[in-house]
Amino acid sequence: MQNEQMELMQRLRELEFAAVELNLFLDTHPENQEALRDFNRVACELAEVRQTYENKFGPTMNFGVSTSKGRWQWIDGPWPWQVGY
Amino acid sequence: MWIYEKKLQYPVRVCRPNPRLAKEIITQYGGPDGELSASLRYLTQRYTMPTGQAIATLTDIGTEELAHMEIVAALVYQLVKDAPLHEIKEAGLSSYYADHDRALYFVNASGVPWTAAYIQSKGDPIADLHENMAAEEKARATYEWLINLSDDPDVTDVLKFLRQREVVHFQRFGETLMRVQDYLQCKKVY
Ligand SMILES: [Fe+2]
Repeated sequence: MQNEQMELMQRLRELEFAAVELNLFLDTHPENQEALRDFNRVACELAEVRQTYENKFGPTMNFGVSTSKGRWQWIDGPWPWQVGY
Repeated sequence: MWIYEKKLQYPVRVCRPNPRLAKEIITQYGGPDGELSASLRYLTQRYTMPTGQAIATLTDIGTEELAHMEIVAALVYQLVKDAPLHEIKEAGLSSYYADHDRALYFVNASGVPWTAAYIQSKGDPIADLHENMAAEEKARATYEWLINLSDDPDVTDVLKFLRQREVVHFQRFGETLMRVQDYLQCKKVY
């Protein structure tokens, strides 16, 4: 994986981690407006970073969430455990 | 429905083989307090939870545990991938090798295969949520024992992340328990 790909993936990972944390917090504090605002903001930014990553390096998700360009890129490696990304 | 994401929740980059450590860490793949047990426990119990709040919490934590199972698998995979056979023998992994080579399989640290007896699903939300809080503490303790056993800082770093997630899950289950107790109390009153 190139450096740029690693960096974008790390950005994606950080945002998604924030989203997971806020999601679990909201599951038990659904009335918390501040957490809800944070969650929506993180989700928006996550979608943008995912789009940037996918435009350059191909799909991150299966079953119709991500698209492939020109050819079926989903089968392209490396897979996460192979290089640990 | 679940959708796969081609990414680890936390990066795993192991520099040198260490089958001894793999043999111990694999218990978080297929052992009693491991990530498979955790995931299946929550995803199974959610059907009989009384509130949307509890169902969401079990669904989301059960899903995150699947991501943790993948992290543990990546650790074990990378720790044994290039290990020479003599190291596998010295690590006491030769009986595992006889059945699985370097493939992933659900066993505990002593090589005992995973069993559904590791999990509980009682149909009583109060009993199940207490079970889950205990399970999270047992998983946290297991990660602490594994951190004590680890001689690879890259591996320890990943184990610390996983340990911390168990602390958060315990917290969320505790809050869910209180909310479910309130809900059941209200139902009795009216
Ligand atoms: Fe957990």
